[in-house]
Amino acid sequence: MLRELKEEIASGSAEEVISALLERVKRSKLNAYNALAEESALARARKFDGSPWAGRMAGIPIAIKDSISTRGIETTCSSRILQGYIPPYDAHVIERLKAEGAIIIGKTNMDEFCMGTSTETSCFGPTRNPWDTERVPGGSSGGSAAAVAAGEASCALGSDTGGSIRCPASFCGIVGMKPTYGLVSRYGLISYANSLEQIGPLASTVEDAALVLEVIAGHDPRDSTSAKTEGGYLDGLEDGVRGMVCGVPKEYFGEGVDDSVERSVWDAISVLEDLGASWREVSLPHTKYALAAYYIIAMSEASSNLARFDGLRYGLRVGTDKDWHTTFSEIRAAGFGPEVKRRILLGTYALSAGYYGRYYLKALKVRTLIKEDFQRAFQDVDVLVTPTMPFPAFRIGERIQDLLSLYMADVFTVPINLAGVPAISLPCGFAGGLPVGLQIVGDHFAEKTVFRASRAYEDATPHHAARPQEVI
Amino acid sequence: MEGEVIIGLEVHVQLNKLNSKLFCGCSTDYHDDDPNTHTCPVCLGLPGTLPVINKKAVEYAIRVALALNCVVQEETLFYRKNYYYPDLPKAFQITQYDYPLGLGGHILIKGEDGERVVRINRVHMEEDPGRLVHAGTIDRAKYTMVDYNRCGMALLEVVTEPDLRSPKEARAFLDKLRSILDYLDVFDGDLEGAMRVDSNLSLAGGDRAEVKNISGHKGVEKALNYEITRQKNVRRRGMKVVLETRHYDELRGVTVSMRTKEEAHDYRYFPEPDLVPMRIADWVPRVQEELPELPDAKRDRFRTQYGITDDHAKSLTSEIKVANFYERVAGKAPPKLAAVWVADVLKGELNYRDLSIENFHEDQMVEILKMLEREAITEKGAVEVVRQILDEGGSPAEIVKAMGLGKAEDDAVRVAVRAAVAECGPAVEDYRGGNEKAINFIVGQVMKKTRGRADPGEANRLVKEAIEEL
Ligand SMILES: [Zn+2]
Repeated sequence: MLRELKEEIASGSAEEVISALLERVKRSKLNAYNALAEESALARARKFDGSPWAGRMAGIPIAIKDSISTRGIETTCSSRILQGYIPPYDAHVIERLKAEGAIIIGKTNMDEFCMGTSTETSCFGPTRNPWDTERVPGGSSGGSAAAVAAGEASCALGSDTGGSIRCPASFCGIVGMKPTYGLVSRYGLISYANSLEQIGPLASTVEDAALVLEVIAGHDPRDSTSAKTEGGYLDGLEDGVRGMVCGVPKEYFGEGVDDSVERSVWDAISVLEDLGASWREVSLPHTKYALAAYYIIAMSEASSNLARFDGLRYGLRVGTDKDWHTTFSEIRAAGFGPEVKRRILLGTYALSAGYYGRYYLKALKVRTLIKEDFQRAFQDVDVLVTPTMPFPAFRIGERIQDLLSLYMADVFTVPINLAGVPAISLPCGFAGGLPVGLQIVGDHFAEKTVFRASRAYEDATPHHAARPQEVI
Repeated sequence: MEGEVIIGLEVHVQLNKLNSKLFCGCSTDYHDDDPNTHTCPVCLGLPGTLPVINKKAVEYAIRVALALNCVVQEETLFYRKNYYYPDLPKAFQITQYDYPLGLGGHILIKGEDGERVVRINRVHMEEDPGRLVHAGTIDRAKYTMVDYNRCGMALLEVVTEPDLRSPKEARAFLDKLRSILDYLDVFDGDLEGAMRVDSNLSLAGGDRAEVKNISGHKGVEKALNYEITRQKNVRRRGMKVVLETRHYDELRGVTVSMRTKEEAHDYRYFPEPDLVPMRIADWVPRVQEELPELPDAKRDRFRTQYGITDDHAKSLTSEIKVANFYERVAGKAPPKLAAVWVADVLKGELNYRDLSIENFHEDQMVEILKMLEREAITEKGAVEVVRQILDEGGSPAEIVKAMGLGKAEDDAVRVAVRAAVAECGPAVEDYRGGNEKAINFIVGQVMKKTRGRADPGEANRLVKEAIEEL
């Protein structure tokens, strides 16, 4: 689709495409965007129309999750505490997008500091699911996913700490890819849990996702965890799955998973089989410890990452002329929402002397075991096929009061972040009119294999073409 | 032993000879610039920024660790030390904490009773916080400003075992450490904040007090002396010294309680996920090989090679620039004489003027030493020449001439001329008889008597004068 859009823009007008998109956003009730970069986007589009530039994404509009720093565009992580913060620099991925000619149209809504599975913890209010506006779009990159699904963006960037790209992709019926840890530079991504998260694409098709990843991936000396990789994600995309071995982890099915979701995933496995792949059951025995380990690690890192927000140099300012301790305490009290405060407190507790060994160190050990689970599995199989989420999108307000059930929703996505491997979520059907997501997981840096399997599945099924009605 | 003093030091050394900070590309050359002009998104801790280790800083740290006889770890590992303070824009400091680069070293110092081995517990890297500038004094300021120019500078923390037994030994340790760092070319000790010291002091059997953030070696000695008196007084009054952190008030010369350990911070250390461990084991042999001759070795060599006293050797080797200066002079002038004049005279005159050795050229010293050797100037005159060079500039010869310090030299040549003319009767007769060349023999005799230090042209003129006067 991006390929067609690029041709349309090249032969027509970027300004027209982008103003139409912006109009669509402005009349929308989804609340997918925190801020539109209307002026700069249109200016850039006019410039492009005047003298078009080359580039893999020349003239293509893209939406950016509000956790990614954009020079000159307010970047808030959907938190009051960052209100008014305008980064003086671009994230690495933004530099890459601009270098390939893309046009940034705005910043999308998200759970505050990526802490959530529903985009309900945003200080700007929840984003609505375009398939059913009473339901959540998933999270934390809910704005990006809803925008792509509703045609309010041609593609988008999200960030995925424990499922934050794949979950909303699944709930909104689009493609979302979390790359291998280290594939995409995190420079400019506002950290929530920095040992777990990656920036990745949300798009309408596998090919679009591969194109965006091709643009943003690659070594960046400003991120010490960034790897040197070769790219080429669009090469061999259509080579099919003949001879590919799919692993079906038994821990990802059964109790807690909606029947309709399980059925869709098994249908998908049959499709892959029809296309020439084989499948076998595998075991990831430490899956049951993943959620606990994930939340301890993520909250611990968050308690440190979010400590810098004191209102001293940027962001929210409340109260006046008190001593520094009082001032920053008041700013943090007013600036952070309840979920963020909860995670900071729990993380602080987990890292405290006397508890560090019992929680954080233990969580790191579990993480190693989970990594080993995946390593073992990938000795026998090329990809793993699982549900992305155990159920389709839930109602706004339905789970936010029952945190444990909300945390439980991440059960199939967080092990992937703990292991650092790549995974994609693809539309694989509907349950009660709501999209269901299929998760395909690859070994470290095996993005090409994941894309190849995904594209084969996509070509054989109609799900990705389904689009919701415009919500006005 | 009752009342025995036990001191351990934690010395923060800023690696200010690096071109850039520890985790970003900002320049380290901020000392003469306005506040907050040497900053970037990384050292300001802006959201989304990440640290990247400065490899040169790691190499410098390895150099120091090896020079302090530490064992260097196989890889680097960094932790986050979490605490809130306005000079710390990320609200955590990146430090090696539990995984110091160097472990278990030692150095030799001049102790109260002879040489003493001071054990080094560890050497680790960390980033410097920014600098708070109070509007007024720390307890009365209405507001405080922050300067982040210093923020992110590479620091080394050198921690000793509690092996020091007096404030004087503490100072000797710091002098020695500074000397070694000077040799390693990793820091400029004259820059503000280059070396900051935290010290722990206890009297045997008692709890220790930590005195934080003392600058200057003299300051350390004074602060510790005050602390000993204070702790003794506490005991005398029948009370116990409490475990606490104290601040040294330089103006009043006293230490003031900052906080007791009940309020001690829990820094919630955990490994920094943004920095991957870097393997350095392969670097160590090369760095070891490239280590320069260190002060102790140089001192021993100077003693044997130049036959100078140990005191001179020590004085000449405490600063690498002085040591190099001395060696250049000793190559062209008598080494023992050079030792006296560099160590005792020149260093003293430089100190008095707060000048460094770069203000004096080795050839000037050589020239002065040669004049002294041929007794062309007196010692007093030579000191004058040194002072004059430092204060007004100029060459020794010019100064000698201008200040009339060179009289002795003329006399020596004239004495030699008179003696030669008296001794060389036949040659004098030949010359008078019209054989111009005969004068060369007499001039040769003058040169011999002055051991070649007379100017031949001048000697020729003086010999002719002397013959005419006969
Ligand atoms: Zn910087």
